[in-house]
Amino acid sequence: MTKDSSGDVRLTGIGKTYDNGFTAVQPMDLTVPQGSFFALLGASGCGKTTTLRMIAGLEEPTSGTVHLGDQDVTHLPPYKRPVNTVFQSYALFPHLDIFENVAFGLRRRGIKSVKKQVEDMLELVQLGEQARKKPHQLSGGQQQRVAVARALINHPKVLLLDEPLGALDLKLRRQMQLELKRIQTEVGITFVHVTHDQEEAMTMADTVAVMNAGRVEQLGSPADLYENPNTTFVANFLGTSNLIEAEVDSKSGDDIVLKAGGGKLVLPEARCSAPTTTGGKVLVGVRPEKISLTHADDAGSIPEGRNRITGKVADASFIGVSTQYVIDSAVCPEFAVYVQNVERDGRLVPGADVVLHWSPAHTFGLDAAQDIDAGTEEEAA
Amino acid sequence: MPFVKWLKKNLVVIAGLLTLGYLLLPNVIVTVFSFNKPKGRFNYEWQQFSLDAWKQPCGVADMCGSLSISLRIAALATIGATLLGTMIAFALVRYRFRARGAVNSLIFLPMAMPEVVMAASLLTLFLNMGAQLGFYTILIAHIMFCLSFVVTAVKARVMSMDPRLEEAARDLYAGPVQTFVRVTLPIAAPGIAAGALLSFALSFDDFIITNFNAGSTVTFPMFVWGSAQRGTPVQINVIGTAMFLVAVLFVLASMLINNRRNRQKA
Repeated sequence: MTKDSSGDVRLTGIGKTYDNGFTAVQPMDLTVPQGSFFALLGASGCGKTTTLRMIAGLEEPTSGTVHLGDQDVTHLPPYKRPVNTVFQSYALFPHLDIFENVAFGLRRRGIKSVKKQVEDMLELVQLGEQARKKPHQLSGGQQQRVAVARALINHPKVLLLDEPLGALDLKLRRQMQLELKRIQTEVGITFVHVTHDQEEAMTMADTVAVMNAGRVEQLGSPADLYENPNTTFVANFLGTSNLIEAEVDSKSGDDIVLKAGGGKLVLPEARCSAPTTTGGKVLVGVRPEKISLTHADDAGSIPEGRNRITGKVADASFIGVSTQYVIDSAVCPEFAVYVQNVERDGRLVPGADVVLHWSPAHTFGLDAAQDIDAGTEEEAA
Repeated sequence: MPFVKWLKKNLVVIAGLLTLGYLLLPNVIVTVFSFNKPKGRFNYEWQQFSLDAWKQPCGVADMCGSLSISLRIAALATIGATLLGTMIAFALVRYRFRARGAVNSLIFLPMAMPEVVMAASLLTLFLNMGAQLGFYTILIAHIMFCLSFVVTAVKARVMSMDPRLEEAARDLYAGPVQTFVRVTLPIAAPGIAAGALLSFALSFDDFIITNFNAGSTVTFPMFVWGSAQRGTPVQINVIGTAMFLVAVLFVLASMLINNRRNRQKA
């Protein structure tokens, strides 16, 4: 990428409180670098769409400023901002045909010869044949592409996407994710993408900001967020996490030794976002696919230095590439473990005694003062 | 029983045709009798075919004068009621203001109130204000009762409009005026057109309210009523038939335009 920063989006202390007293977005700072594919991820009502609308100018922030590059656009109306939006329901103009929908932005800026540009743009989204149809004559996926074309033709500095794939079925959504990613790479414009689908955010974005209750919980690359969540919300909302309550026992070198359910667990201090005073509580987390499962009879073969927990298989479901186990253990009644189906151990059936073990490097530590279930599906429902 | 079978199959068509006949029969009578050559002053019995009335549609004293007054009032009332009514409809749907609920229900009062009552109270109002009864009192009265119809028609349309469309327009560099002209208005247009057509029809053939507030001005419906006491000239049927034909032509033209547009798009 070039050093051009005219497509940076800088939000400083931006917040939104509605007249009825509801605070949709807590004052926050956020910088989206030029040319990046940035995702705002969160459950509905977390403030992600409000944040997007404040960048677009459709919502006036109650505090803070919005900068595009060096330009302060906080008080500019939407039609004066070099920003375009792909709306959730596409919001295609029903009285205009596809060609005129795409040409709308150009015409409003007084550009006379739009034919060539519109045709090229419709080619880019593979809708050249449909130019003279009305929006309602197109399928959902086609309408979605028109919405993208209508926004992109203006060469905005930033393209905002508000749950653009929400109305599509799963297969089409996967296809459009790749398509959008391809278009973004091709045009090099900054994309800010709002979604509640964590898989979508992780596949498409370079940087993901996880939002919850009006604030950004954590910001980072998808892999970073997944491997090193800082809060229980992030740990549970992005994929699945096993969280165990533990007590700090001692420190040895760069590691913290914890007591949990009679056993000991080791956690690298660098991977713990909580304060660690001896005797204090922390939440220990580990992802289900990092855990190995060994039948209790073979416990001797487990290498030294791994974290271990004993338990009983409560449930095993075979899903092709992997098997998902639920283990009943002293520290956690529903320990999730995903095992790749490379060599299946026939003894691992419900009721079998097992040892769970994983590398301490895959362990993360969180502040125990949080809600352990934050961000899980059970809580959302 | 082949007849019963046939009846079952075509019942909807038969019912439809009967209803159509019921609706159109009066128009047919009017049309047929516009070619009559009555013996006396009353055009109630068929005598013989004649084109006299069609050749001299303004042959009756004062009739075409009253027709032109009616057309002018209807046109002006339509413009006034459509402008005001559209603005009221937008305000009622888009904004939360004090007394919004009251306005929302009061606007339907002219529709609900018996026309005679409204006509009489309007007359009282005009007389107390010392207003000169005539063209303008009729126009004011017509705008008033047409308003509620326009508001109803436009409101339904605006309510079903996705507010994101206007946001999309603003996002695509359209200022407030451009957004209104390019997006809001075209989408609300069918509702506004329906309101305007209703207004014209209601204003053109209103009799009761007009009769109370007309002073010495005579509109076409008043002329018809007045002449019916002394005799009905055939020209009245001619004007009636002509109005009907114009309306039918309008409908046909709009259907043709729509069809062609759809075919081009497909």
